[in-house]
Amino acid sequence: MSVKDNITLSINGRDHAIAVEPRRTLVDAIREDCGQTGTHIGCEHGICGACTVIVDGDPVRSCLMFAVQAAGKKIRTVEGLADGDTLHPMQQAFMDHHGLQCGFCTPGFLMLAVGVLEREPDISDDDLLDVLSSNLCRCTGYQNIIKAVRAAAKEMKR
Amino acid sequence: MSARDSHTKGSGMTWVGRAIRRLEDPALLTGKGRFTADLPATHWMRIVRSPLAAGKINEIVVPDGATVITAADLKGVKKITPMLHKFNYKPVGQPVLADGVVRFVGEPVAAVVAASEEDAEDIAEQVELMIDPATPLVDALAALAPGTPQLHAETPGNVIVEGQLKSPGFDKAWKGAAKTVQIKARSHRQNATPMEARAGHAAYDASTGRVTLTCTTQMPHLMRTAIADVLGMPENDLRVIAPDVGGGFGQKMSLCGEYVLLVWLARKLKSSVAWTEDRRENLIAGFHSRDQYLTLEGAFDKNAKLIALKADVVSNVGAYSCFPTTCGVEPLMAMAEMPGPYDFQHYECRARGVVTNTCTMAPYRGVSRPVITFTLERLMDKAAAAFAIDPIDIRRRNLIGNFPYTSAMGLVYDEASYKETLEMAVEAIDVPAFRARQKKARTQGRYLGIGFATFSERTGYGSAAFAARGAEIVPGWETVILSVDPSGFVEARIGSSPHGQGLRTTLAQIIADEIGVTPELIKVIHGDTDTAPYGWGTFASRSLVISGGATLIAARKVRAKLIAIASHLLETAPGDIILADSAAKVAGTDRSIPIAKLAREAYTQTHRFKGEIEPGLTETGTYDPPGTFSNACHIAIVEVDEETGRTTVEKYLVAEDAGRIINPMIAEGQVQGGIAQGIGNALLEEIIYDDDGGILTANLADYMPPTAHEIPPIEMHHIETPSANSITKAKGLGEGGTIGAPAAILNAINDALAPFDVQIDEIPATPQRVRAALRAKERAA
Repeated sequence: MSVKDNITLSINGRDHAIAVEPRRTLVDAIREDCGQTGTHIGCEHGICGACTVIVDGDPVRSCLMFAVQAAGKKIRTVEGLADGDTLHPMQQAFMDHHGLQCGFCTPGFLMLAVGVLEREPDISDDDLLDVLSSNLCRCTGYQNIIKAVRAAAKEMKR
Repeated sequence: MSARDSHTKGSGMTWVGRAIRRLEDPALLTGKGRFTADLPATHWMRIVRSPLAAGKINEIVVPDGATVITAADLKGVKKITPMLHKFNYKPVGQPVLADGVVRFVGEPVAAVVAASEEDAEDIAEQVELMIDPATPLVDALAALAPGTPQLHAETPGNVIVEGQLKSPGFDKAWKGAAKTVQIKARSHRQNATPMEARAGHAAYDASTGRVTLTCTTQMPHLMRTAIADVLGMPENDLRVIAPDVGGGFGQKMSLCGEYVLLVWLARKLKSSVAWTEDRRENLIAGFHSRDQYLTLEGAFDKNAKLIALKADVVSNVGAYSCFPTTCGVEPLMAMAEMPGPYDFQHYECRARGVVTNTCTMAPYRGVSRPVITFTLERLMDKAAAAFAIDPIDIRRRNLIGNFPYTSAMGLVYDEASYKETLEMAVEAIDVPAFRARQKKARTQGRYLGIGFATFSERTGYGSAAFAARGAEIVPGWETVILSVDPSGFVEARIGSSPHGQGLRTTLAQIIADEIGVTPELIKVIHGDTDTAPYGWGTFASRSLVISGGATLIAARKVRAKLIAIASHLLETAPGDIILADSAAKVAGTDRSIPIAKLAREAYTQTHRFKGEIEPGLTETGTYDPPGTFSNACHIAIVEVDEETGRTTVEKYLVAEDAGRIINPMIAEGQVQGGIAQGIGNALLEEIIYDDDGGILTANLADYMPPTAHEIPPIEMHHIETPSANSITKAKGLGEGGTIGAPAAILNAINDALAPFDVQIDEIPATPQRVRAALRAKERAA
């Protein structure tokens, strides 16, 4: 074990002062040091996207980023999407269109879709399909996820 | 939004049959799901796994000061030894940690325990395994070759299970054939790949001496029984919890030694110990499936009617046998269900399970049926070609149409719609328009194909069906304990253990209709051996049929009791009371009592019932059905790129019949998700071993589940043939999508490549395989 660095992670607007080894991944820090377990780990090699969070406005795979690299940046996770008891339009759309079954990949898909649509609200259907192909879901067969994200895209533009 | 989709219920409408939103979703959407790996622990376990497929362990060198458990430490811990009492099954025990020899890459050899996950990983990397390598058996046919060394002393010829049958009169029927058609098919090895890999967390409670194991299982009660057996501990000292589970697909049915180790360690350390496998571990050691060679030969009369079928199944079951199903599950399922939806009475089959130095095989969604359906449906297409008739026509001539139907295997098929779903799908896809488009595309050097698959899906079968397989562990029934609490809220405690199927919602719909409350008032409690009744969990497309049936039985009892209490209080005949809108009402009047009030009386005013009504409002239902058959027709339209060998699925259409649909949104979700896995199985997913038994596909870039790009929109049509073999009239449908897709896709690929006269009878039909077949043809030309 090597020496730990003191860093502050800003997650959903709240600062977490933590001490981590330089090798600690962002997802491990979010889950274990900051206790935000809504972000899941699916593969730890950047393929499945279950750990997707938004860092300074961009969706990133938090298993491919070190926690120390995220110090001082604004991190958003699934826990920060809803406004109190009111679901974010993306969450509501996933519920309405049955875009989830076991729910394990869901936080990653939500953050991926929200991150991309905030950046690119008028994204074309083809480009959206490209984006959604970056994460894996084993339950739904994707069609309901695509429907949900398209529906949420309309709602988010209002 | 149609009435079917609305979330509020008008008078006279039922909850069953409506696409209400899932009760499971809010927590899962907001990051409040609770998965095993979310739990903090004092200690972490890391497994040191064999890097070799075969060999003798000479020494395990442990770093100074490290806590490393090996087989030598596990005195008194039994081997995991599943048992089957039929089919010449040879019981083989698997030590929790390799004991003297290693038999597959990834086999657990030692367990490191440390204060953090990182420390455990660091130490595990320093553990040295001194193993004398031996020559591994990797391929099942090679393992069968005469003179091959034996993997286990108990398995002569490396055959661990062998089923054989031949129906009376088979030879005579065979001789009467106008044509025989043969297929040699190959299904390569796959991994179910749930997005959440396996994880466990065992915590010792000092005050009671009990251990709570939280783990990613589909069968919490049986895990408790099995782990107590293996460790020789009192079962009541163990509590098993399946919290939110991130997909299972069969992989999480089987007992893995890692869970046994966690419980053993928690008791030894009197502390909490957690283990979360990484994706590589899951891919190399988290159970595999579908590795089979099949030879199928059909005898047809002059009208292309199938008379007799001959099958040979060789299933590579890996190094050990999985608990509880045993490794007989694949070869014997293939043998039992091979006849599929077709009407013929003569059948011969030999099905062998062969042990090799590969990861142990376990059930995966569909269990063998994706493989046998793909093989049988390819056979039907080949037969159609041999008779120069259309693939649709040969199915019309052969599908079962009269019910109940007794198959050549002696299975009784209940009412279904094999022919009707075929016709419905064929009409919807517009075959003539496709053929015109296909013809035109070919002139432009583009190769489109259409593929059909018709199949039956045996679901919701009870203990009699499992007992017929000779299983030592005979699952089949489910129990539900249904309570209305003194405040009028409803709790259903169930033995099933859903993990994505939406069972909390569908069971709530069934209960809501019976007792006249809204689903939101109903909590379905599952996955905890301390709070849920003993049950078998969720697998084999069974939970909605069996747990749903048990729920209906319990709900009818609760309903009867609510009516009895209301009858007493309202001084009205029970027959005049209806339960609706959270109240008991006297029909034709405005008199009513809220159900909450009835419930309160049932607990706190029992003296008023003068002993005529038992106190409380808890009833139990148990259901053990005979089993039923769902059915479907799948049609795929694909384009195959001649130059790259890549197949693109352009369109996918399903006409399915799963009996009464409880929640159409959830039902369609199951079908869609199943088809996506079937498309992955058909085109992409393959665990590849090298000749030394090393795995070349140990990450998700090499083992490729489909992404959104590979899955087309899926058009669905429904027929509801209610089953008399299911008291809810629902049949199961969890596996059908996966069962039908490889067949439809492979038939479509072969149709597309018809101008090249190649045959692709191997899944997955990767670009490499398609190109190899085309190249072989080009060379021959």
